[in-house]
Amino acid sequence: MRTIILAAAAAACLVGCGADEADSGAGDAFASRYTPMPSEPTLITGATVLTGTGELLEDADVLMVDGLIAAVGQGLSHDGAIVIDGTGKWVTPGVIDVHSHLGVYPSPGTESHSDGNEISSPVTAEVWAEHSVWPHDPGFTTALAGGVTSMQILPGSANLMGGRGVTLRNVPGRSVMEMKFPDAPHGFKMACGENPKRVYGGRGQAPSTRMGNVAGYREAWIRAADYRDQLAAAENGEGSPPTRDLELETLAGVLNGEILVHNHCYRGDEMAIMLEIADEFGYEIAAFHHAVEAYKIADLLAESGTCAAMWADWWGFKMEAYDGIRENAAIVEQAGACAIIHSDSAIGIQRLNQEAAKVMGAAARVGIDIPPEVAIQWITRNAAQSLGIDEQTGTLEDGKMADVVLWNGDPFSVYTRAEQVWIDGALAYDLNDPSVNPITDFSLGTTAAIGGAQ
Amino acid sequence: MRKLIALFLFFAVTAQAETIAIVGGTVHTVGPDGTIENATVVIDNGRITAVGSNVSAPNGATVIDAAGKIVTPGIFSPEGNLGLVEVGFSAGPLDYVQTGNQFTASFDIADAFNPASTLIGVNRIEGVTRALIVPSTGFSEDMSSHVISGMAAVVNLSGDDDSIDRRGAALVVHLGERSVGLAGASRVSSLLVLRNALDEAIDYRVNGDAYQRGQHRDYAFSVSDLEALQPVLNGSVPMLVSVHRRSDIVGLIALTEEYGVRAIISGGAEAWMVADELAAANIPVLVHPSANLPSNFDRLNANAEAPAILANAGVTIAFADEETHNARNLTQSAGNATVVGMSWNDALRAITLSPAEIYGVAERLGSIEVGKQGDVVIWPGDPLELGIYPEAVLINGESVEMQSRQTLLRDRYLDPASTTPPAYRN
Repeated sequence: MRTIILAAAAAACLVGCGADEADSGAGDAFASRYTPMPSEPTLITGATVLTGTGELLEDADVLMVDGLIAAVGQGLSHDGAIVIDGTGKWVTPGVIDVHSHLGVYPSPGTESHSDGNEISSPVTAEVWAEHSVWPHDPGFTTALAGGVTSMQILPGSANLMGGRGVTLRNVPGRSVMEMKFPDAPHGFKMACGENPKRVYGGRGQAPSTRMGNVAGYREAWIRAADYRDQLAAAENGEGSPPTRDLELETLAGVLNGEILVHNHCYRGDEMAIMLEIADEFGYEIAAFHHAVEAYKIADLLAESGTCAAMWADWWGFKMEAYDGIRENAAIVEQAGACAIIHSDSAIGIQRLNQEAAKVMGAAARVGIDIPPEVAIQWITRNAAQSLGIDEQTGTLEDGKMADVVLWNGDPFSVYTRAEQVWIDGALAYDLNDPSVNPITDFSLGTTAAIGGAQ
Repeated sequence: MRKLIALFLFFAVTAQAETIAIVGGTVHTVGPDGTIENATVVIDNGRITAVGSNVSAPNGATVIDAAGKIVTPGIFSPEGNLGLVEVGFSAGPLDYVQTGNQFTASFDIADAFNPASTLIGVNRIEGVTRALIVPSTGFSEDMSSHVISGMAAVVNLSGDDDSIDRRGAALVVHLGERSVGLAGASRVSSLLVLRNALDEAIDYRVNGDAYQRGQHRDYAFSVSDLEALQPVLNGSVPMLVSVHRRSDIVGLIALTEEYGVRAIISGGAEAWMVADELAAANIPVLVHPSANLPSNFDRLNANAEAPAILANAGVTIAFADEETHNARNLTQSAGNATVVGMSWNDALRAITLSPAEIYGVAERLGSIEVGKQGDVVIWPGDPLELGIYPEAVLINGESVEMQSRQTLLRDRYLDPASTTPPAYRN
């Protein structure tokens, strides 16, 4: 994965950008304007620490300095640090949700707020989810109370190719630029199965079948490859570059490895077909989302290095979700593939730890041991990997962003809540001190404002 | 042959009723006896005949060793579509959705109940033994139906052909923002539909005979609807009303007083703001405990702490999971309610005895008490904790097969090293 991201940084400039390694063709436009909130050195002592690297440390300390993890271990100290007694509590990396529609399908869910699906053509690679994000969605705040420090906001799944996703820090901003995760690659939303064929088939246009879906992807990639080749040729002095095309710019960014594919896909047989398409056109799929049947093709996922981002137990609400089982993520993990628990829900995002816990218990019944130090990776490290931000966050390692959650107990117990949440070392949420907590403009004058995030 | 036997076990989930003794567990009776350590529960011919720490297993009883286990009543899902749906979306007609305008109160959802639904098996092995099934739910925003959707029924999840426990358990009504679009552009219209129905039912009670003789004006509602409304008018059947905004809830309280009818609130995002008034009016609330966002303007003051506020004010509450397929997650809802101030015992009650009380079946369901039907679940640990799933489930005193379509799928794909094609792994 790391090699892909490095390749992405190099490839970006092939597309004639210049300034920013993650701009994917837009120059400085829409670049992150996020600045971390002021932080003070903070030391949590004597906690049970899940590092996100696969370790559980008993009676351990976590030190945050200048917005970064300065040290994890025992007997730590730091002059002037705020010291928090973590005895009996647990510390984990900040939770990361790879599949959210906060801001693009915000609360209240009025028609005028419905900005997540550009349902005007089956291929809308030219749209960017970030241009729909409403920063005042109260759902950002409630997600923060669940320990979520970063998330990917995706377009919906009405289209074969729905557009670019954006990775955000879970911080209040006046604009999406003030929330954007610095230098994070863009995601690219694709969708298999029922949704595109229902939306467009219902209008009497393509695609109206799954085979129509596949033809639609392949046609788009053929045009993208041509565009990419023309650009590359022009770089080598052969011919002039094509007129800039927002749709093909995004698709070429995927082919160059600079934009990461996040593919809504439920059925095992369809995921297998999508892997073939990726091979045919030379791109990689960072993650299948929903992946309700990932357990049927876990070996293929391991082989291709593709993550599966799953719910714990959603099933049956549509035909392609009929074969959902509680053990899905555990079977994927056991096969050595990259398992992620995602939400796709403004409610689910508040309890990703609980979703993971339900899988752990189900797995135990059939002899698959998923210890806490593994399960935490489903909502931290592995999520960061699929978003291409695992160099910066997702684990508690020296030098990483100090995105940290202090839980008032085992995070995989229903009785536990996130007690404090730090983003880049700044205290962003405090269960016991509502004055710390953000209140969106929309929530002013409502109950949410009484206690801050609930 | 092996396949045939498996199928037989899968569908014939109940055996001949017998005497069962569940021995040595910690029994949360949810009744007057509270929690009893090292207790024995005896079930004979489908009914509980003894509960206590000094009870011994009768001779010849089938003994289930529950030492070190937790024993609770079966979970009661208070609102959903179990047995009425397999796949919710783009997969054929849904029996809980009525399009057209033919029927209101006489639309009896029990007639559509399918005890063999795959959802029944999935949910019962996780402890759900009873459910209220409804014609349209308050949370299925996209389903067209009626302001007065019809009659709900209490069912059990045994899979037996005769698993309807009570028809006409509640009249399902939608008011507030949910009803806009059902009756016109305004919530005034939906209130008028309800008032007209009740007014005509009152008139019919008095003048029904004259109407039958052709000596009374026509009614807007059909005779079958007006007949079905009579038990609502006399208070023997409550209305289950989906409503969220405080002002609509206040209006509903006034309407119940005006007509002398009973109501249960489904959802009630802002119900906690009038908790004392609801307690005084004896109106229970089916709380959606995770719904803490202002998902529309009726729910601006949605509050995660609502379960505790309502319960502490003396309102009878039950938890309604918003998704029928996962009614099994009610234990998680209850667990989450404990962290916002509800007691563990109250939370367990809200998914067992309280729904039975709300639907008038508590004399035979909802708790582990002598004389009640034998719905009992045996858990390896705290039933409200995540990842704790039942080891045994009894419905009407009969053990259910701990298998579902999902466990069969799981078992087929458990061995990643298998080279046998999945369709041959049985």
